[in-house]
Amino acid sequence: MRPTLRAAALLLAGGTALAQSAGSDGRRSGFDDMSPALQALQRDDTQNPGQLWVREGEALWSQAPASGRACVACHASATLTGMAARFPRWDDKRQRPLTLAARIDQCRVQHQQAAPQGPDGAQVLALSAYLGARSRGEALRPDGTPALAPWAARGEALWTQRLGQLNLACTHCHDQRAGGKLGGATIPQGHATGYPAYRLEWQELGSLQRRLRNCITGVRADPWPPGADEWLALETYLARRAAGLRIETPAVRP
Amino acid sequence: MAARTLIHVPPNPKRGEVVEIRATLGHPMETGYRPDAEGRLLPRDIVTAFSCSFEGQPVFSAMLHPAIAANPYLAFHWRAERSGTLLLRWEGDRGFVHEERVTVKVA
Repeated sequence: MRPTLRAAALLLAGGTALAQSAGSDGRRSGFDDMSPALQALQRDDTQNPGQLWVREGEALWSQAPASGRACVACHASATLTGMAARFPRWDDKRQRPLTLAARIDQCRVQHQQAAPQGPDGAQVLALSAYLGARSRGEALRPDGTPALAPWAARGEALWTQRLGQLNLACTHCHDQRAGGKLGGATIPQGHATGYPAYRLEWQELGSLQRRLRNCITGVRADPWPPGADEWLALETYLARRAAGLRIETPAVRP
Repeated sequence: MAARTLIHVPPNPKRGEVVEIRATLGHPMETGYRPDAEGRLLPRDIVTAFSCSFEGQPVFSAMLHPAIAANPYLAFHWRAERSGTLLLRWEGDRGFVHEERVTVKVA
C-alpha cells in the first residue's frame, strides 16, 4: 500500500471507532466475519443485549456493599478509560498473570469482604463488562513485563498443541483455516477483542475462559479445571496475539 | 436483584412524530423443555405478556411463548402527540411483574 493510501485507511479506521478494520497485517476481528444484522446488533447500544450487563456493572461500581468500600471510593472515574486494554497484567505479589476478572475478584475479596466468584460470576461479569465497555475502541496493549514472557510462551505452546479425540490444536482452525467454514459458521481468527461477550448460543454474557472451554470440549478434550494455569497462559498469549486490535466489549457473537 | 431493562425512547420528539420505542428485558426465558445436568426438566420460566401504554391508552402489546430467546427485545412505533408518561409492563411465570415508566416531553 502506498503511504498516502495507508494514511487514508488509518484515518478511516480512526473515524469509525467501532468498526474493526482488517489491519495491514491481515488480522481480523470476529466482528468482520459476522452478518450485517449481527454487526448492527453489536453496534447499536439500544439493541446490544450485552448492555444489560454494562448497565448493571455501572450501578455496581458506585454502590457501596454491605461491608467495605464501593469501587468508586478508590478508583477515580477518569482512570477507567483504557484500563481493560492493559490486561492480563503481571501480579507481583502472587507472581502470576492477572486477568481483569481476577483483578475484580481480588478487589471484591479484599475490600468488600465478598466471596470470590470466578470470571463468570454475576457481579464479576457485570463489572468486567462495564470496565471493558469503558475501553471500547482502545487498542489492546497488554502488559509487556518480561516475567509474563514464559506464560505467553506456554500459551503459544498450548495454542499449537493437538488436543482431544479430534486431535486438533487451536492453530489448525484459527490460523490455518480461518475464514473457512465449520458447519454453517465462519471460522474466526480467534482474536479475543470483545470479552466478556454476548454469545447468541449462550443467550447471555460469558467470559473468555468460558469461550475457550467451549473450544476445548469442542475438540472432545477434557477441559482444565476452572482457574487452571493453562487458561491463564492462553489468555496471556491471546492478548499479545491480538495486540493493537480494538476492544469491542460487549461484543455480540453467533 | 431487580429486573434489568434497556429502554430506548427519543426523549424530545416533535409533535406528531412517529418514534421507535425499543425495549429489552433481562430474562432467562427458560422454555420448560430443557433438562438440567442431572436430567431433570427445568421448570418453565418465561415472560408471557408485554404491554406498553401512554397515559392509560394502549400503545402496543404482545404475547410471548417458549420459543422466544432469552432477554426478549421488542421494538414498535408510536406517534407522539403530547407529553406524558409511557408505562412498559412485563408479566411472566411465577408471578413475575416488572414495570418501567418513561417520561416523554414533546417539543
